Amino acid sequence: MKVWQCVVCGYIYDEASGDPEHGIAPGTAWEDVPDDWCCPDCGVSKADFEMVEV
Amino acid sequence: MQPLVIIGAGLAGYTLAREWRKHDAHSPLTLVCADHGDFYAKPMLSNAFAQHKEPERLINAPAAQMAEQLGARLLSETRVEALDIAAQRITTAAGTLEYGALVLALGADPIRLPLAGDAAAAVLSVNDLDDYRRLRGLLKPAARVAILGGGLIGCEFANDFAGAGLAVTLLDPAPRPLASLAPAAVGERLAAALVAHGVDWRPGRALRAVEHAATGYRLTLDDGSELFADVVLSAVGLRPRTQLAQAAGLATARGIVVDGGLRSSAPAVYALGDCAEIEGRVRAYVMPIMQTARALAQTLAGTPSHVAFPPMPVVVKTPACPIVVEPPAAGLAVDWRYEELAGGLIARGVAADGTLAGFALAGSGVVGQRNALVKALGAPV
Ligand SMILES: Cc1cc2nc3c(=O)[nH]c(=O)nc-3n(C[C@H](O)[C@H](O)[C@H](O)COP(=O)(O)OP(=O)(O)OC[C@H]3O[C@@H](n4cnc5c(N)ncnc54)[C@H](O)[C@@H]3O)c2cc1C
Repeated sequence: MKVWQCVVCGYIYDEASGDPEHGIAPGTAWEDVPDDWCCPDCGVSKADFEMVEV
Repeated sequence: MQPLVIIGAGLAGYTLAREWRKHDAHSPLTLVCADHGDFYAKPMLSNAFAQHKEPERLINAPAAQMAEQLGARLLSETRVEALDIAAQRITTAAGTLEYGALVLALGADPIRLPLAGDAAAAVLSVNDLDDYRRLRGLLKPAARVAILGGGLIGCEFANDFAGAGLAVTLLDPAPRPLASLAPAAVGERLAAALVAHGVDWRPGRALRAVEHAATGYRLTLDDGSELFADVVLSAVGLRPRTQLAQAAGLATARGIVVDGGLRSSAPAVYALGDCAEIEGRVRAYVMPIMQTARALAQTLAGTPSHVAFPPMPVVVKTPACPIVVEPPAAGLAVDWRYEELAGGLIARGVAADGTLAGFALAGSGVVGQRNALVKALGAPV
């Protein structure tokens, strides 16, 4: 499982936990997160995330 | 119990409200804002055009939905006219409101350059969604756009519009873009990438006058040269909104003065976001808003907290040459050492004691090294 970070606000999307509050089930791979999903903290688009090593 | 009143419904106001609700689900909360109150990501304004995102699609949640989610009373399109600190009350066009605690999240105003010419008033700036709607309405296909200011916002707009086929000219009195943010070679790298992207980059040039022309505007520059444009966009900086605070007797400097606990000079009044000067510094970026909102939410929920800022590299969203900058501390002299890689340029700011004090990355093949460099801050290079 990989981890992605919003480059604007620092929010972390962890594939293992998903974003259930916004309809993204735990275990959802980044490529399966819909393109219109937005950062739950600052609202920028999926394009403004990058993969991070943790 | 008097409510927590937050003035401003931008990223600062809304983030604070959301973080506070994590500690306190029930106490009364009122948000008052002069705009529509729809929640949108302001950083998207400068990279939405080439993505064909219409202004409406930048709204993540309309005001009514935000109010419901936050369990808040939201007074939108309601400008606050005065603060009465002694009476713990604010005055709006629609009446007065009492507060238990007051948070100022007022944002900043675009700086307007003094310009000559009969069309000086036609110069636009984009600092919110309404400004952006106005701009978008004027950007016809192949429009000629002149952008004033090669800082983060000017460069992002230039890249975005050029990428969508508009004819972009970017002017700045400085010799290179991002002059106050990034080391020289990184600015030069971005300039070259913008030029390769079709931007007409005019270093060392300032605008003097704007006049109506047969179509669009005639711009006169400080060297006497002329330039024609259909849209003139100013991105020369922001000035924190301090007027309300100042009129109420709060301490203000560049911004509304607050300490590390986000406390202003008046009891029960706090400030954060673009309007605030936190421990002597205005930090008009999203990451500091997230940090301050979390600390202030704890304080307001009864656990006095002091904000701690981790390194927060600034990301410049210029796809032609993505940039990340972690500037060295203000006033610290560093020796910039450059490393050229296939995927871009790494600049390391080395302090006199040989440790890494800051860095800048330019190019899509190197920006991924951000976290590795953050970890290396303070260590010998
Ligand atoms: C084009 C652009 C791109 C950007 N890109 C980035 C980026 O990539 N990364 C980054 O970190 N930052 C970026 N920023 C900066 C970032 O967007 C801002 O720091 C942040 O959005 C500021 O939020 P705020 O809530 O403080 O202010 P605002 O969003 O301006 O909100 C101010 C609120 O106060 C209200 N208000 C003001 N006066 C009154 C009054 N008298 N009465 C009632 N209400 C009032 C307004 O109506 C509004 O609701 C960018 C900024 C711009 C303009």
